Amino acid sequence: MTTGVHGPTRARIEAKTLRTDRWWVSPLTTFVVFFAFVVYATIRAFQGSHYYSKPYLSPFYSPCLGDCVKGSSDFGQPFHWWPLSAALLVLIFPLGFRLTCYYYRKAYFRGFWLSPPACAVAEPHKAYTGETRLPLILNNIHRYFWYAAVVIALVLTYDAILAFGPAEGESSGIHMGLGTVVFLVNVVLIWLYTLSCHSCRHIVGGKLRHFSKHPVRYRMWTWVSKQNERHALYAWLSLFSVALADLYVLLLASGTFSDPRFF
Amino acid sequence: MAYTLKMRLWRGDRSGGDLQDFDVEVEAGEVVLDAIHRVQATQAGDLAVRWNCKAGKCGSCSAEVNGRPRLMCMTRLSDYDPSETITVTPMRTFPVIRDLVTDVSYNYEKAKELPYAELPPRDADGKRRMMQEDVDRGQEFRKCIECFLCQNTCHVVRDHDGNKKNFAGPRFFLRYAELDMHPLDTVDRRRVTREQAGLGYCNITKCCTEVCPEGIHITDNAIIPMKERVADRTYDPLVWLGNKIGIRDKDRDSRAEL
Repeated sequence: MTTGVHGPTRARIEAKTLRTDRWWVSPLTTFVVFFAFVVYATIRAFQGSHYYSKPYLSPFYSPCLGDCVKGSSDFGQPFHWWPLSAALLVLIFPLGFRLTCYYYRKAYFRGFWLSPPACAVAEPHKAYTGETRLPLILNNIHRYFWYAAVVIALVLTYDAILAFGPAEGESSGIHMGLGTVVFLVNVVLIWLYTLSCHSCRHIVGGKLRHFSKHPVRYRMWTWVSKQNERHALYAWLSLFSVALADLYVLLLASGTFSDPRFF
Repeated sequence: MAYTLKMRLWRGDRSGGDLQDFDVEVEAGEVVLDAIHRVQATQAGDLAVRWNCKAGKCGSCSAEVNGRPRLMCMTRLSDYDPSETITVTPMRTFPVIRDLVTDVSYNYEKAKELPYAELPPRDADGKRRMMQEDVDRGQEFRKCIECFLCQNTCHVVRDHDGNKKNFAGPRFFLRYAELDMHPLDTVDRRRVTREQAGLGYCNITKCCTEVCPEGIHITDNAIIPMKERVADRTYDPLVWLGNKIGIRDKDRDSRAEL
């Protein structure tokens, strides 16, 4: 039996939507950009090379825990036996964080799964169970990926500090190049995205029902809530910045481009 | 400045109907509901339309204007090009009664399922005390005018009639969240929010927030916080372990689960 907007009790209207605006622009943009990122990230993650150019380590490979090139493993190589690319060991965490993120859920449910493609536009699927069954019920463990994302953000902060170190052939001490700026911008955006997370908002104070008894957590919740309003923006910006930081390292490591040094 | 507006209005009932064209004189500053009333007064006296306050506060005149769920009284004609045809249909999620009027009783059924607040005894002076910061969140949800545009646009029931049985919808997630955040209420509604109200059906596509005429952040401030609270109770092994070994979240201590 036909259900949905063509169901027997609904106003009989043939069109799946009567919207006259360009409602398809947003899901199409999401699809194209995210798909391009997934293709790029997959290639880079499996490549297993051109991920380190002193002092810059690609964020896709950080922390480099496998059999990594000399100088890139700041936290040892506990998985030196790992036969595949070292990126695969760590990318699962930021990937899981973004896949279960409340903003990305909106984006991919609209852009990829068309469920719905846009508001008041009928979806093509006959049945729908949302996030009540496997695998989508796993979106409920977003907070665990958030814990991991905090650790990754700390590691990337360490990398950004190391980006002030000497490049090949430079004297020891503090230096700076265009790559340092790229890494700094990236880590700031990663932190903003991580701290504006809805699970973070819940953990720092949202779960409480008596803010008045927890003034410090209330202040933290208030700050996170303000950032949370821009969570989608940070999701996009940090997606670009992390890809850009990786691309920058690729260009340096492959000798395509040399890092302009400021001092 | 007066001009002739081209309108297409859905006319019919459950047995059938179609979009009919009307040319109607309108004035600058008018809203869609003004134009509908003029059609009713001059060309189609039997046009059924539900309305009341004409001020965006009663939530009666919900419809779909050019396919977008809107309050007709809050949709300005000046937002459209004068040469554009404006199409108005009833809300497409609810059973149609006639013309622009739908049967929204699904929402009242869901309201009945919602466990009401159970407050503790009053203080010795006969009063109940709550701090403002403890009720701020709930007061945002209290702005709801029950226009049911969020219920209408939610694809969970709009596109799947069968889900109506198991899904309360965004308007009622506001209410579940308001009560769960209530500083005095003694009931823990997290289990019923998941099992009875069907919170897990929501996939956070935020259409409810997009169409809310009161600008309530339904998804960010009610649905997602409730999903996190449900995750605390049902999906988080650390919280479960903490409860087992006595590290309890004291902020919920006075609550009894339904």
